[in-house]
Amino acid sequence: MGFDQYHEPADELPEETRTFARLCASLTEEAEAIGWYEQRLALEPDREAQAIMRDAQGEEFKHFSMDLEFLLRRTPLWREIAEGILFKEGDIVEQGEEAEEQAVEGAAARGAPVTGSVSLGIGSLRARSTT
Amino acid sequence: MSHLLREHAPISETGWRLVDDEARARLTPALAARTLVDFAGPHGWEHSATNLGRTQRLADPPVEGVWGMQRRVLALIELRVPFSISLDELQDVDRGAQDIDLGSLDEAVRRLATAENSIVYHGWKGADIAGIAQAAKHDPIVLGEHCERYPRHVAKAVEALLGAGIDGPYGLALGPEAYTRVLETSEHGGYPLLDHLRKIIGGPLVWTPGIEGGAVVSLRGGDFLFDSGEDISIGYERHDAQTVDLYLSESFSFRVVTPEAAVALS
Repeated sequence: MGFDQYHEPADELPEETRTFARLCASLTEEAEAIGWYEQRLALEPDREAQAIMRDAQGEEFKHFSMDLEFLLRRTPLWREIAEGILFKEGDIVEQGEEAEEQAVEGAAARGAPVTGSVSLGIGSLRARSTT
Repeated sequence: MSHLLREHAPISETGWRLVDDEARARLTPALAARTLVDFAGPHGWEHSATNLGRTQRLADPPVEGVWGMQRRVLALIELRVPFSISLDELQDVDRGAQDIDLGSLDEAVRRLATAENSIVYHGWKGADIAGIAQAAKHDPIVLGEHCERYPRHVAKAVEALLGAGIDGPYGLALGPEAYTRVLETSEHGGYPLLDHLRKIIGGPLVWTPGIEGGAVVSLRGGDFLFDSGEDISIGYERHDAQTVDLYLSESFSFRVVTPEAAVALS
């Protein structure tokens, strides 16, 4: 059995990082399966077989979405950037650049902990006072 | 391993998560001063002083014809509050218990937040920190116990700030007693005093444990600077068979850059 989702020694990684890596691997597998079904559906002439594969692909959509939601909930910065990109009309690249810039600058302004810090990450609470 | 030595504590990852989450949840509403001042950093544990950009002339140079200056800095202070947790309680966390006794941590959080707020508003002479209430250039306004007069006092403070060319919006920090009085009070017609005060200042009204009276401060930015070295963290001290001793700590400096940007309410 392989443990390809780990790029660092698994026994040195915190439990939550191992869980995070497993869900990242799962997300990748679901995306691959969606792509495979898309290819099969493009070539399959049998309508009954097509219906089964569409149903199976729908399952993969669900699995992918659940994996993604889990990862976003555990990664506030990723979530913030995703919120600026997903389910929006307009230029995807432009919105992506804008969302990344705002999220990263916002994290810095809130006093997000420096890399490797084990502080509680409270930082500035100015934003809280204006809500 | 960081100086906090967390890896030496007999606490599981689940236990640490619970302790950190509890501290964060309790600290956030209590760290009221951070809602009204500028926060820089965190710059890390090694950050020891805030650059003031100023110098002082040194007397008695070693060679004639040479003169020297020394940079002035504001040294960061470290705050540390110890607390203890029962090892039995921590083991129950791993069994899935939800009602863990973290009373000692909660008390430590209260002390640290109260100290931080107090230092920002009232300063700490021994640490060369002048608080907002001390540094404010305007005459302090007596708040008193009659809540119905608060809008008049706060409006007077806002007028003083405007008169000094200090733009808004403004924030109002009130100590717990004054804040409770405001919450309990409705004006004629049942209009909540809290909403009336917010309308006058154009910003937040903040419950601030650790301060006496209060202050009206400008929120335009750049006037009150909180320089964080290491933001609030939890470290490990020691343990025996029954309890583990931990501590909350942080390092920071605070300085008022524009004394005209605040009015103290006594």
